[in-house]
Amino acid sequence: METGEDRTEYIAEAVRDAAAASRALSIAGSGSKAFYGRTPTGTTLDVSSHRGIVNYAPTELILTARAGTPLAEIEAALAGQGQMLPFEPPHFGGGGTLGGAVAAGLAGPRRPFTGAVRDMVLGLRLVNGNGEVLHFGGEVMKNVAGYDLSRLNTGALGTLGVILEVTVKVLPRPETEASVRLELPAEALHGAVEGWLRQGVPVSAAVHDGEAALLRLSGTHSGVEQGLARVGGEALADAATVWADWRDHRHPFFARTDTPLWRIALPPGQQPEGLPGEAVTDWAGQQLWLRTDADTAAVRGPVTARGGHAALFAGGDRDSDVFQPLSPVLMRAHRRVKQAFDPGAILNPGRLYPE
Amino acid sequence: MAAPSRYRDEDTRFSVDRDDLITRLSAILPGEGLIVHEAGLRAYECDGLSAYRQLPLVVAVPETVEQVQAVLRLASEWDVPVVARGSGTSLSGGALPHPQGILLSLGKFNRILSVDAQRRIARVQPGVRNLAISEAAAPHGLYYAPDPSSQIACSIGGNVSENAGGVHCLKYGLTVHNVLEVTAVTIDGELVTIGSEAPDTPGYDLLALMHGSEGMLAVIVEIAVKLLPEPPTKSVLMASFDDVEHGGHAVAAIIAAGVIPGGLEMMDGPAIQAAEDFVHAGYDTGAAAILICELDGTDAEVADQLESVQALMREHGATRIQVAADDAEKARFWAGRKAAFPAVGRISPDYYCMDGTIPRHQLAHVLRRIRELSSEYGLGVVNVFHAGDGNLHPLILFDGNRPGELETAERLGGEILTLCVEVGGTVTGEHGVGMEKINEMCVQFRTAELNQFHAVKHAFDPRGLLNPGKAVPTLARCAEFGAMHVHNGELPHPELERF
Ligand SMILES: Cc1cc2nc3c(=O)[nH]c(=O)nc-3n(C[C@H](O)[C@H](O)[C@H](O)COP(=O)(O)OP(=O)(O)OC[C@H]3O[C@@H](n4cnc5c(N)ncnc54)[C@H](O)[C@@H]3O)c2cc1C
Repeated sequence: METGEDRTEYIAEAVRDAAAASRALSIAGSGSKAFYGRTPTGTTLDVSSHRGIVNYAPTELILTARAGTPLAEIEAALAGQGQMLPFEPPHFGGGGTLGGAVAAGLAGPRRPFTGAVRDMVLGLRLVNGNGEVLHFGGEVMKNVAGYDLSRLNTGALGTLGVILEVTVKVLPRPETEASVRLELPAEALHGAVEGWLRQGVPVSAAVHDGEAALLRLSGTHSGVEQGLARVGGEALADAATVWADWRDHRHPFFARTDTPLWRIALPPGQQPEGLPGEAVTDWAGQQLWLRTDADTAAVRGPVTARGGHAALFAGGDRDSDVFQPLSPVLMRAHRRVKQAFDPGAILNPGRLYPE
Repeated sequence: MAAPSRYRDEDTRFSVDRDDLITRLSAILPGEGLIVHEAGLRAYECDGLSAYRQLPLVVAVPETVEQVQAVLRLASEWDVPVVARGSGTSLSGGALPHPQGILLSLGKFNRILSVDAQRRIARVQPGVRNLAISEAAAPHGLYYAPDPSSQIACSIGGNVSENAGGVHCLKYGLTVHNVLEVTAVTIDGELVTIGSEAPDTPGYDLLALMHGSEGMLAVIVEIAVKLLPEPPTKSVLMASFDDVEHGGHAVAAIIAAGVIPGGLEMMDGPAIQAAEDFVHAGYDTGAAAILICELDGTDAEVADQLESVQALMREHGATRIQVAADDAEKARFWAGRKAAFPAVGRISPDYYCMDGTIPRHQLAHVLRRIRELSSEYGLGVVNVFHAGDGNLHPLILFDGNRPGELETAERLGGEILTLCVEVGGTVTGEHGVGMEKINEMCVQFRTAELNQFHAVKHAFDPRGLLNPGKAVPTLARCAEFGAMHVHNGELPHPELERF
């Protein structure tokens, strides 16, 4: 099974050298999410050559691969066995590595129905800020030995460790999928999907592109047939491309890069009022993509009033509070956690929050 | 008979004047909120692992969040250990009191604060029983998915702290996959909200970190959980095999075929017999193993899957397949599995429940090795298995009244856990490390990982007051334990001096 190259020693040594010299490192995989987070500082540590699938056991529903392994390579291997990454990670610009996907914690349209990146992370190897190679979790579904530092590192944007290797839970691809386009106001999407889920309709994606809702059903042939009869709408032509474009931000809404793009996460059934700009809806209403030049307060005000949070996803001032500021107690906990992994603050410093 | 303390010297480095502590605590906790008499303390001396017993200095039973904050502030100021306790069903001694500390019971935090049926969110206090959440959600056609066998008793706060699992976790996830937010009190007495109702929260995933943290990082005082709609249809079937290995292959085949059952459980011959004698579920007592499989979804989906699962089971040597005809029979099929522990309790004076997880393809090897160890040690072992996700519960049968038998059972248990690690698994899938598996942690992790765990603990609780001596072993403990154990031909802590 083992393919690719093991660069553990090179990476650990690079971190040890940087730690000794108090030199910041900016960790990079394929660079597909270089735009994301606050402005990177420090010398680039390229981990893309540390790649290859280390173990794939289809009947155990697990796959272990080195961080630099391209998502495309992993997905091809999984497809060969009729399986998939449940969280449908984006391949921005066609790139993306497993390490980057886990570090960023971003997931595609399937997320509300099958789970987030962190839900599928079972174990990982990483290099902490002292240059030590550590292994947490494992290759089994259930494991409560020690604190869950694998999930803690998921979405941490490389600020706690250089991710070397990840074990993820994988799932069978659904027997069949079908997609439809429906005339439905965006505000009605959450309620409608909720109603269908309760009738057992196997919804696996629900977005609204500003004009109409797009819905994907995944499951057994009969389950999808039954579901289609319930939801109605017209069949979506070229559905696979439509969903890949949506996942990878190739939909025309995302093409206009002159205006900052915000990502908004919301509790179920909550609609922020008076958001500036133009928005599209994903995750059955729980994730909005917003294009606006309006200032941060104009975006975060209505969103926090509804219990959500907003991140300046792309564009705009990358040295500002790109991610929503935390309460003082939480921020203190964050600083201490960072300190626990990276006492010299050399790993992607400032990428998530100002140091 | 006073059992020797499980705590080490470095875990019991505290010193507090008990009378002084009582005076200060009674100002915070009037009336019955503070238990100081031995008879009252006895009720808290152990959790579900009753072989381990220890009286705390006092038991605090706060009723309000402000009281919890005040107790922790006091503990912080006076360097007093605090052990949080929900329902005390932990099987790893996680809620075992500390001899120099406060046992903090969340028993009075037993209210369901809200059930938002439309948005499928329930807000509950930590002492609410797991099953009570599903009961409150049921009128709305909803339920809370993780269903540990102890669900009539265990608390949701304890579930978060252990990241509890249940028979429905294969498809619907563990506690960590079903909790949206927790409110916790830090050792400094500060209130902090971790997570949110949104699908994610900015910054580090401290919500995941809280799961399985065994009361070591903070005290949880409120929890928001996700509720799921009851599936329109469920079907339960039970298949017999004349060889455990065939059952294992059937499980792999079902999953390879792309079916994720709502539940998939295996029991071996002795477990079947014990359960059948106890609940009369109609189990096939002639079988070497049975698989209980629940399929859920719409009528059409379930019908499809039922057909393919039966075909796969037959293909892999099922000698008999029974499909539950109605809800009563479904409940009966499950009853034997859910009552497996008490059933075993009837056939043996005592049993010791292990909780290893293994890669499923190692099942036959592990069971064979367990049988060998069982005869070597002269103690029976009964196996129940969350087959879908590889979580094995060998129950070691012993008689605590026979001198030395508990110790033999513990040694056998240690060997079984080491075996789980050797085949690529873990010493605990869902019951936690607690005090029980603290030595086996030295087998699973090296010094560098243990140090990282300690650093994270330090980030939340710098003076180590929350549940001292549990979950993560000190390096001194591992050095002592490692002197007796060699792992994969190499010592796990080669840099430490052996003594
Ligand atoms: C018969 C039987 C069957 C079982 N079956 C299963 C099963 O199927 N799956 C499974 O996962 N477990 C099972 N268990 C184990 C046990 O029920 C679970 O670990 C459960 O989650 C413990 O909950 P509790 O409320 O009893 O916690 P306790 O035993 O009171 O405490 C457990 C740990 O959590 C900490 N804790 C408790 N409440 C809080 C809080 N509010 N804040 C911070 N820390 C806290 C304690 O300090 C301790 O470390 C079983 C136990 C028994 C006796």
